[in-house]
Amino acid sequence: MSSPYLLHAEGIRKSFSGVPALLDGHLALRPGTVHALCGGNGAGKSTLLNILMGIIERDAGTVRMKGHEVTFNSPHAALKAGIAMISQELEPVPEMSVAENIYLGREPRTRLGLIDHRAMQRQTCELLASLELDLAPDAKLGNLSIADMQMVEIARAISQDAHIIIMDEPTSAIGERETELLFSAIGRLKQRGAGIIYVSHRMNELYRIADDYTIMRDGTFIESGAMADIDRHRLITTVLGKELDEEYAKFNRPGDNTLLEVDGYGRGSAFQQVSLHLKCGEILGIFGLMGSGRSEFLDALFGAAPADHGEARLEGSPYHPRHPGDAMRAGFAYVTEDRKGSGLVMDASIKRNVTLASIADVAHAGLINESRENLATRPFIDRLHIKASSVDMPVRQMSGGNQQKVVLAKWLQTNPRILMLDEPTRGVDVGAKREIYAFMSEFAQDDRAILMTSSEIPEVLGMSDRVLVFRKGRISGELSGSELTQENLVRLSS
Amino acid sequence: MSQSSSLTSSPVPKGKPSHNLASFMSDYGIVIAFIVLCVVLSVVSPYFLGVNNLLNVLRQVSINGVLAIGMTFVILTRGIDLSVGSVMAFSAMVAASFAGASADYGLILPILLGLGAGLVLGSINGLMVARFAIPPFVMTLGMLSMARGLTYIYSDGMPISSLSSHFLWLGQGMVAGIPVPVLLFATVFIIAWFTLRYTAFGRYVYAIGGNPTASRLSGINVRRITFSVYAISGILCGLAGLMIAARTSAALPQAGVAYELDAIAAVVIGGTSLAGGKGRIIGTLFGVLIIGVINNGLDLLGVSSFYQQLVKGAIIVIAVMLDRSRLTNA
Repeated sequence: MSSPYLLHAEGIRKSFSGVPALLDGHLALRPGTVHALCGGNGAGKSTLLNILMGIIERDAGTVRMKGHEVTFNSPHAALKAGIAMISQELEPVPEMSVAENIYLGREPRTRLGLIDHRAMQRQTCELLASLELDLAPDAKLGNLSIADMQMVEIARAISQDAHIIIMDEPTSAIGERETELLFSAIGRLKQRGAGIIYVSHRMNELYRIADDYTIMRDGTFIESGAMADIDRHRLITTVLGKELDEEYAKFNRPGDNTLLEVDGYGRGSAFQQVSLHLKCGEILGIFGLMGSGRSEFLDALFGAAPADHGEARLEGSPYHPRHPGDAMRAGFAYVTEDRKGSGLVMDASIKRNVTLASIADVAHAGLINESRENLATRPFIDRLHIKASSVDMPVRQMSGGNQQKVVLAKWLQTNPRILMLDEPTRGVDVGAKREIYAFMSEFAQDDRAILMTSSEIPEVLGMSDRVLVFRKGRISGELSGSELTQENLVRLSS
Repeated sequence: MSQSSSLTSSPVPKGKPSHNLASFMSDYGIVIAFIVLCVVLSVVSPYFLGVNNLLNVLRQVSINGVLAIGMTFVILTRGIDLSVGSVMAFSAMVAASFAGASADYGLILPILLGLGAGLVLGSINGLMVARFAIPPFVMTLGMLSMARGLTYIYSDGMPISSLSSHFLWLGQGMVAGIPVPVLLFATVFIIAWFTLRYTAFGRYVYAIGGNPTASRLSGINVRRITFSVYAISGILCGLAGLMIAARTSAALPQAGVAYELDAIAAVVIGGTSLAGGKGRIIGTLFGVLIIGVINNGLDLLGVSSFYQQLVKGAIIVIAVMLDRSRLTNA
């Protein structure tokens, strides 16, 4: 029995303690193609992928590889059959070298049964060369950029003869240049006849590299077809199941008064000589690649890692934050790029996360007033359209978009005037993205303003009134009006 | 999984999530385990349920209980305090040296000195961990040895006995038929429960254990909270020192060796995660009681103390194992 499909999953069902997460999972992957798996947060994509990888067991349905029915009960079994997954969640061993990571668990041996380091080194060199990757086999993995680590994971997948590679948001943590490297690696994988299941919330990427698409919504297969046959608008409305307003709901208007001035800010080698001004009612975009110093600059402005050069003035008065507390008192709020790592207490409830930065407002003489805490939290559930069964729900159980809204709620609760957003929509689905954009416009009114960094070009172009471009720790240019183009951003940043 | 939540949720939150058997067990599993243990022991030993025996169990657990409460605060912040046994011994020695039957220092001075000794050593732990980023395991391991050394130096290796009757009341007295150590333990427990449940400080203890970076960026003074939990553990070691010296009528330089293990065991059996941020003081109470009841039951059954250690160790591992399987099934 032959099949035109590398992988064909049909009728996959899965419930978690009685709650259905996947009702009808369906995916047909052709060899030598990139297949976009599309759906909002909670559509059941991750459940389907985890089932394909053998991480969780399916309740019903069939999975066939090249026509043969298969069932994997562990990722190891899936890997043996040729399915590999590359995601942010898969942790490599940072203290070991590139070569050791690639051959982890199946190191070449000498006749005495010892690890044959020379053979391992040689095989790694050949492998990296075949992928045109410029990495040293003995480099410590922990010293590499996230993008390079992903490349190592891809090399590892290929060395294991994987011909089905699942990529879950592979570009969410890497910059423009690294994305290009990833795409050319994907191109080479296609030539070898591999099939790639690609998940991303970034529409531009899907249209660039995907051949086929499958759309899921609410745990159910909706439709699939060739990427060339579906336009952007129909793709988004099918994913969401409804018509959408304009993507970048931008209606803020910069005023004349300057809210914040920064003059010659610098810290160590992270960034130097950064000067800027931010007006009331303005959304100021900061664009730069990973490691360009943009996040470090925001850290300094928030007092998390204070600047050692330069000065800042808030409405004319000196502003020298030594701790986040100083910044918060001055009216700053900071949504970091890593919401799991530095934004949320994952095991705590929505309520406790929302009031984390403003306990004093719901406490009296050190005692927390829980009804006041509930009253403080509930309005944000409505205002930001947070989907939750109750304010006592642990944020770990929420989707990425809803978690991001909880972080926003935490900072709104502090009544900030300057909201700093680092990658505000990373790992957030299309619907929630729009809600966040609309919220940004709403926030940047009157005497408030937003400082936003992003590596997603359409977002920077769509939401910013002005853009400062960071390159190697310095501002390489400022763009506004008609200069705000993708070409200019790329030119100034690289 | 994240999927399940948004599929079933309505945009407006209403009421609490429904409770099923699994969540009931995870909330009250330790209580059930404790009750089962008591029922079994009352069947196999007719003495177990006697009022005297039960009071005896409570008296025996109160010292470990006080230590375990301090330990819960520390472990909730992702820390550990290995020095509790030694700090307790040092505090006992300092207090006892001012509580001799012949000398007349009253009751207040030895109490303050005992608590103060614990507070000072605990604060050193806290300072080094919070300010100089010494890993808690290393710092308190060092303090375990240093405090023991101080105890021997201070006492010249000799026990201090013949303590004043006022002082002995702390360990042997009764109020309304209840032993004083039990009352002290109960008081500390209620304060700790209230602190963790209702105060901003308690909230911060959970938050910095759950995610120190997010807490710091939310304006929480992580260093101060971290310092405080070690200071709290220290002062509770001081209290435990007063209790043990008064109960045994002497301060012994070798008192409290390996007490940190029982305190950590009680916290872990009580369901508090060593990874920080998760756990409840009520769990620690039952952890303390379970260890106490096992010791008592095996005593009543005439099982040798060698076997008691074996059983206790096995129970710790089983308790954590059950906790793990609950987490992975969730």
